[in-house]
Amino acid sequence: MNDQSMTVRGKDRYKSGVMEYKKMGYWEPDYEPKDTDVIALFRVTPQDGVDPVEASAAVAGESSTATWTVVWTDRLTAAEKYRAKCYRVDPVPNAKGEYFAYIAYDLDLFEPGSIANLTASIIGNVFGFKPLKALRLEDMRLPTAYVKTFQGPATGIVVERERLNCFGRPLLGATVKPKLGLSGRNYGRVVYEALKGGLDFTKDDENINSQPFMHWRDRYLYCMEAVNKAQAETGEVKGTYLNVTAATMEDMYERAEFARELGSVIVMIDLVIGYTAIQSMAKWARRNDMILHLHRAGHSTYTRQRSHGVSFRVIAKWMRLAGVDHIHAGTVVGKLEGDPATTRGYYDICREEKNPMQLEHGLFFEQDWASLNRMMPVASGGIHAGQMHQLLDHLGEDVVLQFGGGTIGHPMGIAAGATANRVALEAMILARNEGRDYVNEGPEILQAAAKHCQPLRQALDTWKDVTFNYASTDSPDFVPTATAAE
Amino acid sequence: MRITQGTFSFLPDLTDDQIRAQVQYCIDNCWAVSIEFTDDPHPRNTYWDMFGHPMFDNPDAAAVMMELTACRKAYGNRYIRIVAFDSTHGWESVRLSFLVNRPENEPGFRMERTEHRGRAQRYSIRPYSSDRPAGERYA
Repeated sequence: MNDQSMTVRGKDRYKSGVMEYKKMGYWEPDYEPKDTDVIALFRVTPQDGVDPVEASAAVAGESSTATWTVVWTDRLTAAEKYRAKCYRVDPVPNAKGEYFAYIAYDLDLFEPGSIANLTASIIGNVFGFKPLKALRLEDMRLPTAYVKTFQGPATGIVVERERLNCFGRPLLGATVKPKLGLSGRNYGRVVYEALKGGLDFTKDDENINSQPFMHWRDRYLYCMEAVNKAQAETGEVKGTYLNVTAATMEDMYERAEFARELGSVIVMIDLVIGYTAIQSMAKWARRNDMILHLHRAGHSTYTRQRSHGVSFRVIAKWMRLAGVDHIHAGTVVGKLEGDPATTRGYYDICREEKNPMQLEHGLFFEQDWASLNRMMPVASGGIHAGQMHQLLDHLGEDVVLQFGGGTIGHPMGIAAGATANRVALEAMILARNEGRDYVNEGPEILQAAAKHCQPLRQALDTWKDVTFNYASTDSPDFVPTATAAE
Repeated sequence: MRITQGTFSFLPDLTDDQIRAQVQYCIDNCWAVSIEFTDDPHPRNTYWDMFGHPMFDNPDAAAVMMELTACRKAYGNRYIRIVAFDSTHGWESVRLSFLVNRPENEPGFRMERTEHRGRAQRYSIRPYSSDRPAGERYA
């Protein structure tokens, strides 16, 4: 499939009329991407009868300079530089009719430091292009020259840990439940109990903004009373993610500034506020010593299906550039979508300084983060203390484990639920550091810890059989292959 | 009250064997292990007093345990913690920090509220022990 260029050159290239994209210079199989090129990998599903190379060239064209017909005004520009170049098309293994198209974009196509500009090209018009049945942006390679035009996470994992004085273990959080309906006073009660019981963080849910049952100022005031009381009773630094998501930037700044005045260490936003608003809040967070939590509300509308949309690994890359400190990235064992290998890829994007190419984790390119801060992944949704060994094994140490139901649903109350989670976690870290096989001995380690902790005993009894085993809709297309040693 | 700073404060106080195992884990990761003590356990008191420098190039937890014994002898009625530093690029900070000694009595903290604009409060937290001069707080 990867044969020679079909590009028409010279005078014939600009004859008025319609010409196939692959002949217009958007298919260049001999092109070698430059170190400064942005590279995108698309999963292309052409309509029946459409040549995959032509479909892929069309994606390159429609996401860069092309329109449906030849235009003479191309000749007023350095058009060959600005054309995105599809340089490789491979059939997707075990998926008839789907193709991986590698497309390189010159750096000058993009405004420095703007996710909005990047995405307007890469996922703009092209996703509605008629000759394609479906299109998915699988991965991107962002060159160092471009990465360096972004601020990156406002705080980063290391400084977040320094501010919280919390090292050597995952952070613990909980989302306040029920997510809708609590008054400010009742809401603060949940925050206080959970933090006093042993959590580091509590969290507003994505749709808690300013509703008739609880307006935002009320929530912030009661929450900060709870945070300060819990700090005094434990000697630890605590936080609660105050959601500043609102209708306008002016509203969001007003809420964020009030949170800062009250001494909160962290605020949160939802993905649905949009890329520009996210970047604005990231800059605000850097200026105001604030940790910025991002809830990925809405992402499953375009990340979940394998054939069409944008992979979450790409969203994670964009968010690390945009500058959030926390991002929900899956639990593997919880109630929400998450194949273990794919989730591992997301976590690596958040936390590593450099990602090697790892097809089995869905990482198609080497990616150097050029000293941008690390972003803390958050695991939330249907997890409980009895899974602590699995969580530590799958997700590692630099992660926020959020047990909402698994804290608030504890039979002896919220503080007991928090204590159960904290004891389970500390016991597991202690065992891991001692060199024990904590993955296999996990249940025994928890049972032993429960001997000195009644709340953990009860948590293990209550949720012992709860698992969410469903087939994943988004798993990698490649598995590790065994090769003979030399 | 029991202050719960550090990685293992929700477990029963670690035995010396357990402490030694954690220290060896840090050393095996090429982290420099340090001993620090204080009688001001305010959650935002970052700089506890150092009991010597972090022990760079030390291959054996036994040396740290000897230092810890000496520290306990001198400051047995204060908080003592083990802190491990990782010099790897991109981290260059603490990797593990846990308490290994507590005063006999932990009186905890007083939280004070000051009325502020609107309904806001200004909060401050003060260790009860800090009413007395440094060095005499847990005597």
